[in-house]
Amino acid sequence: MICENWIRFILIQNRAGKTRLAKWYMQFDDDEKQKLIEEVHAVVTVRDAKHTNFVEVFICGLTCYTLFPLQFRNFKIIYRRYAGLYFCICVDVTDNNLAYLEAIHNFVEVLNEYFHNVCELDLVFNFYKVYTVVDEMFLAGEIRETSQTKVLKQLLMLQSLE
Amino acid sequence: MPAVSKGDGMRGLAVFISDIRNCKSKEAEIKRINKELANIRSKFKGDKALDGYSKKKYVCKLLFIFLLGHDIDFGHMEAVNLLSSNKYTEKQIGYLFISVLVNSNSELIRLINNAIKNDLSSRNPTFMCLALHCIANVGSREMAEAFAGEIPRILVAGDTMDSVKQSAALCLLRLYKTSPDLVLMGEWTSRVVHLLNDQHMGVVTAAISLITCLSQKNPDEFKTCVSLAVSRLSRIVSSASTDLQDYTYYFVPAPWLSCKLLRLLQCYPPPEDGAVKGRLVECLETILNKAQEPPKSKKVQHSNAKNAILFEAISLIIHYDSEPNLLVRACNQLGQFLQHRETNLRYLALESMCTLASSEFSHEAVKTHIETVINALKTERDVSVRQRAADLLYAMCDRSNAKQIVAEMLSYLETADYSIREEMVLKVAILAEKYAVDYSWYVDTILNLIRIAGDYVSEEVWYRVIQIVINRDDVQGYAAKTVFEALQAPACHENMVKVGGYILGEFGNLIAGDPRSSPLVQFNLLHSKFHLCSVPTRALLLSAYIKFINLFPETKSTIQEVLRSDSQIRNSDVELQQRAVEYLKLSSIASTDVLATVLEEMPPFPERESSILAKLKKKKGPGAVSVNELEEGKREGGELNGGGERGGDSSAIASTPSPSADLLGLRAGPPVTAAAPSAGSLLVDVFSEAGVNDDGFLRFVCKNNGVLFENQLLQIGIKSEYRQNLGRMYLFYGNKTSVQFVTFTTTVTCPGELQSHILHIHTWNSLEPLIEGGAQVQQVINIECLTDFSDAPLLNIKFRYGGALQNLTLKLPVTINKFFQPTEMASHDFFQRWKQLSLPQQEAQKIFKANHAMDTEVLKAKLLGLGMALLENVDPNPENFVCAGVIQTKAQQVGSLLRLEPNAQAQMYRLTVRSSKDTVSKRLCELLAEQF
Repeated sequence: MICENWIRFILIQNRAGKTRLAKWYMQFDDDEKQKLIEEVHAVVTVRDAKHTNFVEVFICGLTCYTLFPLQFRNFKIIYRRYAGLYFCICVDVTDNNLAYLEAIHNFVEVLNEYFHNVCELDLVFNFYKVYTVVDEMFLAGEIRETSQTKVLKQLLMLQSLE
Repeated sequence: MPAVSKGDGMRGLAVFISDIRNCKSKEAEIKRINKELANIRSKFKGDKALDGYSKKKYVCKLLFIFLLGHDIDFGHMEAVNLLSSNKYTEKQIGYLFISVLVNSNSELIRLINNAIKNDLSSRNPTFMCLALHCIANVGSREMAEAFAGEIPRILVAGDTMDSVKQSAALCLLRLYKTSPDLVLMGEWTSRVVHLLNDQHMGVVTAAISLITCLSQKNPDEFKTCVSLAVSRLSRIVSSASTDLQDYTYYFVPAPWLSCKLLRLLQCYPPPEDGAVKGRLVECLETILNKAQEPPKSKKVQHSNAKNAILFEAISLIIHYDSEPNLLVRACNQLGQFLQHRETNLRYLALESMCTLASSEFSHEAVKTHIETVINALKTERDVSVRQRAADLLYAMCDRSNAKQIVAEMLSYLETADYSIREEMVLKVAILAEKYAVDYSWYVDTILNLIRIAGDYVSEEVWYRVIQIVINRDDVQGYAAKTVFEALQAPACHENMVKVGGYILGEFGNLIAGDPRSSPLVQFNLLHSKFHLCSVPTRALLLSAYIKFINLFPETKSTIQEVLRSDSQIRNSDVELQQRAVEYLKLSSIASTDVLATVLEEMPPFPERESSILAKLKKKKGPGAVSVNELEEGKREGGELNGGGERGGDSSAIASTPSPSADLLGLRAGPPVTAAAPSAGSLLVDVFSEAGVNDDGFLRFVCKNNGVLFENQLLQIGIKSEYRQNLGRMYLFYGNKTSVQFVTFTTTVTCPGELQSHILHIHTWNSLEPLIEGGAQVQQVINIECLTDFSDAPLLNIKFRYGGALQNLTLKLPVTINKFFQPTEMASHDFFQRWKQLSLPQQEAQKIFKANHAMDTEVLKAKLLGLGMALLENVDPNPENFVCAGVIQTKAQQVGSLLRLEPNAQAQMYRLTVRSSKDTVSKRLCELLAEQF
């Protein structure tokens, strides 16, 4: 079912596994979230340039398995590394890999403009603003706005509000 | 350039974050946090009213602390207060806190909803978006109840700002996904479709997600979206790379919107209108053409964006599967990608080609890439790419290339990753069977499989080779010769010994003429493996020996000698000892004729679906991409098997234990004539009733705990609990006898389609294979409901009691109503919704006779047990019962209403169920009709 295709979560992690942003679009309880964060870190950080930017995983309600490679594949993590940060998006296996891979890049370019050469510390100190950027570009697990110009204009406008 | 400085706006927050970052240890961090929490608490409790800025700062600090992984148990009220501030930054922090720390505290929800309501009606687009984002992020049922009516109005109102429309569309989508019963179609529906024409590309991008979801659930109502989507797509595809300005990404016009449009079209069959169809085909051709043009930029972003559209277009072409020209062009394009230097592209090309292989139009074109794919299997560094290559080889396999592909897969198996070996083995076994022209090749392949990857060859695979050898007399001699040769290897896999034992026992006579494989040589060869094997294999070998006595009288004394030895006749394993005793006796007292009759060659197996194929199907989880290839496999699977009859499974060989037919101990129990072990009168298989026992099943529709099954030996109790679409079932197996149950195993299977509807996982305790007399063991099964379902999972239990195999299959009482969440509603709402569910297929009705006394209290208890809310004072007739609930599945929620009208005079009931999904109404009606 195509209706099943939406982003389940967006994670930004550093190499040490510290979460810099976690945005959930699917119900998980706190333990599940923690487990997913750890597993995503574990599968993503071992990969290098010879690997694809996609990891298929199996996630199921109460317990999360990331068997790889696996017969039971229901989701995939599409990720991209920028310096020490991994940007990961989890979508349904049947979803469009490259579209999400570029959605990540589009998001990163917006962050880069907004924070003027974004670095990890910007995300730490301005965590509450990062959520605003995410909500402008992704909402309810869907892509909301793709135009960098439009997003930045809106962010600039919000920035000017008190 | 809108750049922000660090911690801009809230100095106190920046200082706090710096402090935390400077903490040298976890302890120091906790200490600093506790200090801050105490400070914030005292500020919140203090007499002095805090100004908005301070409140914002402290709430933001609390949020930061929570995100570090600490519990926060206060501050919610202050966050809610921020919502009513008229300053954006304060409001934003308030909403963010609420979105991240959702709390089901009903008092707060009311206040939050109030604030949202105010913001939605504020006509301030910034505030409206904040409120909509909060609803979209939380998406709770309470919010759906409060706003599902309002948001469509905002979405289609003429004066709504574009950015608000974008948020409203996705907010509505979120509510529709969580509470479809609350989002009512209406006059707004048709106007939503026309958002595809909106001037603002951002609005189209957001709205199309909503439209795609809605049109999947209500395809007819949204049919007009097809032509609108085609014309929008056509405008984008034919635009120059700079036309769309803001929406051009690295010289590619609107890549994400194009993908979404192509995806929306995949919800529908090809357009019927010739003009629309023509325009669409033109678009698809243009997309394929563009892939051949030189890139406008060397940046990977450019090619990724372009290829995202291309792959989506190919998906649509495959979905239509009606344009041979486009299919072949797609295949050629993917063929180029197979050799691309980008791993991502090679991976995606392999994946996409897999589906192309199953189309009759492109199958041949896919086959031309065989060498490249084989090379990928050998050289790719990323295992997931190799896996795709193996999948593709499997998909492109046919009679013309089967030998080559099977040989390559076999050689890959030698080094394949452990995690995919079993699946590879199954695939090789299936291909070998499906495309076997001469059966000697088939036998060679399977024996090679056992040699290379014996550990991964499941029972199904070697059962199957035996079935086929038994059913084909032209291959029996060859099989005997080959297996005899394979057994010569100093170390051979136990599965090889099993196949060898069976085949030589049946057909050893066909090669006995050659002195190099004379009867005694054959026997000695088999027996040299005996001491290295496990008990089941030894049992099988003993059966082979008694067959040898029948086939070759000259081996009788040697074999009797072996059987008579202490290690056999006094073996501590009951099964082996029993076989040794019985076979020895049989060989000494039965006449040659009797022996020949008892040990006659196995009759051919009934033709049925390959058990291996069934196994592979079982292995594939929900969402697996390779449904097509499996379906195809099934279609052609009939070649060897004649009928390809459904329903065969791993028990193909086991069938029902009958005393004389199967002496080979593959699965069945020992002959009934066997001397009774300690079990006395209970020896006879107490579970001999064939088929599935579902007596207990219906008793659990309205309750969760109780005894599912009981007989003289075994009691099975159940306790279960359900929450949303998840369930956990505790099974208690009690041994009622004073004797151990050994080799106790249970398996839960989901027959047929059910596999993709329910998913169950055995978790923590895998059962010990032994249950002491009088003891009880517990097993836990996790259940997840993916979509609605009608069948029940099967629980199979096998164990040996005093040597006799007991085999029992029960229906597990997992029924769709277990995933009900009760919904309270007033009379007015009930009848309004009742009317909304008025499509004929949404309703199911049954009139049936009462099976039990028509006691009001009992009826109420049963209806409550069903999981719906029993609504009082709703039906004008006080004798009637009405209920409401929502079934929570992972894919969707299904709102259901029920009305039960008893007629005491006639002792009849009329039951009516209406649900947003027809299959649910039908199933609920079936289940309930048996309950009253």
